[in-house]
Amino acid sequence: MPNSFYREIINDHNLRPSHKRPLADADLELRGVNPSCGDDITLRLKVSDGIITDGAYTGDGCAISQASADIMLDLIIGKDVGTAKRLYDIFSRMITGSITEEELDELEEAGALIDVSHMPARVKCAVLGWRTMNMLLDDVSPSNT
Amino acid sequence: MNMDFRKDYPLLAARPDLCYLDSAATAQKPACVIEAEARFYRKINANPLRGLYSLAQDATEAYESARETVRRFLNAPSSAEIIFTRNASESLNLVAYSYGSFLSPGDEIVVTVMEHHSNLLPWQQAAKRSGAILKYIECDEKGRISEAAFRAAVTDRTRIVAMTQISNVLGVRNDIRTFAAIAHESGAVFVCDGAQSVPHIPVDVQALGVDFLAFSGHKMGGPMGIGVLYGRRKLLEAMPPFLTGGEMIEFVTREGATYAELPHKFEAGTVNAAGAVGLAEAIRYYEQLGFDVLTAREEELGTLLYEELTRIPHLRLYGADNAKDHNGIFTFSIEGVHPHDIAEILNADNVCVRAGHHCAQVLMQHLHTPATVRASLMFYNTEEEIARLADSLRSVRRRMGYAE
Repeated sequence: MPNSFYREIINDHNLRPSHKRPLADADLELRGVNPSCGDDITLRLKVSDGIITDGAYTGDGCAISQASADIMLDLIIGKDVGTAKRLYDIFSRMITGSITEEELDELEEAGALIDVSHMPARVKCAVLGWRTMNMLLDDVSPSNT
Repeated sequence: MNMDFRKDYPLLAARPDLCYLDSAATAQKPACVIEAEARFYRKINANPLRGLYSLAQDATEAYESARETVRRFLNAPSSAEIIFTRNASESLNLVAYSYGSFLSPGDEIVVTVMEHHSNLLPWQQAAKRSGAILKYIECDEKGRISEAAFRAAVTDRTRIVAMTQISNVLGVRNDIRTFAAIAHESGAVFVCDGAQSVPHIPVDVQALGVDFLAFSGHKMGGPMGIGVLYGRRKLLEAMPPFLTGGEMIEFVTREGATYAELPHKFEAGTVNAAGAVGLAEAIRYYEQLGFDVLTAREEELGTLLYEELTRIPHLRLYGADNAKDHNGIFTFSIEGVHPHDIAEILNADNVCVRAGHHCAQVLMQHLHTPATVRASLMFYNTEEEIARLADSLRSVRRRMGYAE
C-alpha cells in the first residue's frame, strides 16, 4: 500500500488550505457544483485594474476538488485576468492530456494534478474551481477592470 | 452446503482479486442467466406474441413461461398481474402516470423521506400534473418509521402511499404488511418499491397485501433492462395505458383504439423477451439454492461486516445499531475524508463500493450529510472480501495525510 494515496501536495492543500475562508467585499462570487458527486464550492475574487488582488473559496467536496481550488488561488492571486484565463486553458488541457513541458512548468504546483488525466471519473473534481474561476472572469468586462 | 457461490459467477471466478461490494447497485450474473439469455437469441429468437409460425410461438412460450415464473416467485394470484418493464424505475413511473391520472386537486400522495429517486420523482411529477399534495413521512436517526408517524400522515384524502420495503441507503426494512393495511383503512392504494427487498428476502405480494410492487431483474442476478410491476388485476384493468404502440391493442381505427387484455395493455412495442427469460433463470437459481440458505448466508456476512465496520476508528455508520436491521446495506463516512476519496482509495485496492448520494438526496438531507460510502452484500460475497474492505478502510486516513 502506498504511504500517501494522492501526491503529498494534494493532501496538504486539502487538509491545510491557504484560501478556504469567507472573503468580505469580494467583487465577484460564483458557486460551482458537481451535481453527480456533490462537490460544491463558492469562489470569491477581488479584481482591480484587471489584476486579481485576492481570492478565497468556501464549500466542501473531495480532496481533489478542494486542493485544486486552493492551488489555483495560490497561482492566480496577483496575476492579471488574461493570464488567469490562459492558465485555466492550460490546466484544462493538462487534465485532458495535451500539454507541453513548458506549459506544465507554468502551472507550478497545479501540475501535481496531472495524475487526474488518468482518472476519468475525477476530471470534473479537478476542474471545478478552475471552471468556476473562468466563468467568473468572463463577467469582467474591460470597463470595470 | 457449499458456500462457494463465486464459481457460478464468471466475472467473480475470473477476478479472484476483486472485492465486489456494490450489489445494491447491481448484482453480478451467474453463468446460467448469461447462458439463458444467449440461448434465447441462439435458438428461439422471434418476435413474441406476433408471428404465427412455430419459432414465434416458441418465443412467445418462453416469454410467457418467464412471466409465470415471476408470478410464482411473488405469489401473485394471476400472471396477468405481472407486467414486464425495463426496471423498477419504469414500473413505478407506469403506476405514477397511469394510476396517477385518477388524482384530483387536493388529493394526497404519501411517500417517505427514505425513498430512492425512482419512487419519489414520479410522485412529485404526478402531484404537479394533478394538483395533488405530496406528503413525506419522516424516519428517526436509525431509519425507523413508527406506526404513529405513518398513521399521522395517512388521512381520508390519501389516495396513494408509496414506500420502499428496504432502504437502499440505510438497509432498514419497513413493515409493509402493517402499513399497507393502514393505507387500505383510509381507502388508499399501496405501492411498494421492492428493488432492494425482492433480491434478498422472500416477497409474497398477497401476504404483504400491497396493490403494486416494483423490482428490477438486474439486482438479483438477472439481466439489465428487465423489470417487473405487479399490480392488482382490478386496478390494472381500470388504468389507462402508460405507453402506446405495437401489440398492446385489440382494435385500432383512425379515431381510436381499444386496448389489449392484461398484461399486454402495459407492454407496448417489442418486449425484452430474452431479458425476461434471463430473469426467470435467475429466479430458478435462487430456488435451486433455497432462499433460506441465501438469506442465512447474507445474515452471517452482514453480522461480520457490521462488527468490522463498528471497530474502525473515525468511521460513522448510518442507520441501525445492529447488523440485522441493515439487511446487507451499510452506509458510512470516515471523519475528515470525502466519500469519493474513500471510494478512490478502495478502488486502488480492488474494492468496489458506491460513493455519493445513492439517488436518495432527500434522505441525505434528512441525515445532514451530502455524500456517504455504501458497501452492500450479496450471498456470493466472502469473509475474505469483508476483511479486505476493513483493512483498506483502516488505511484511508493515513493515506489522506492524517497521522492516524
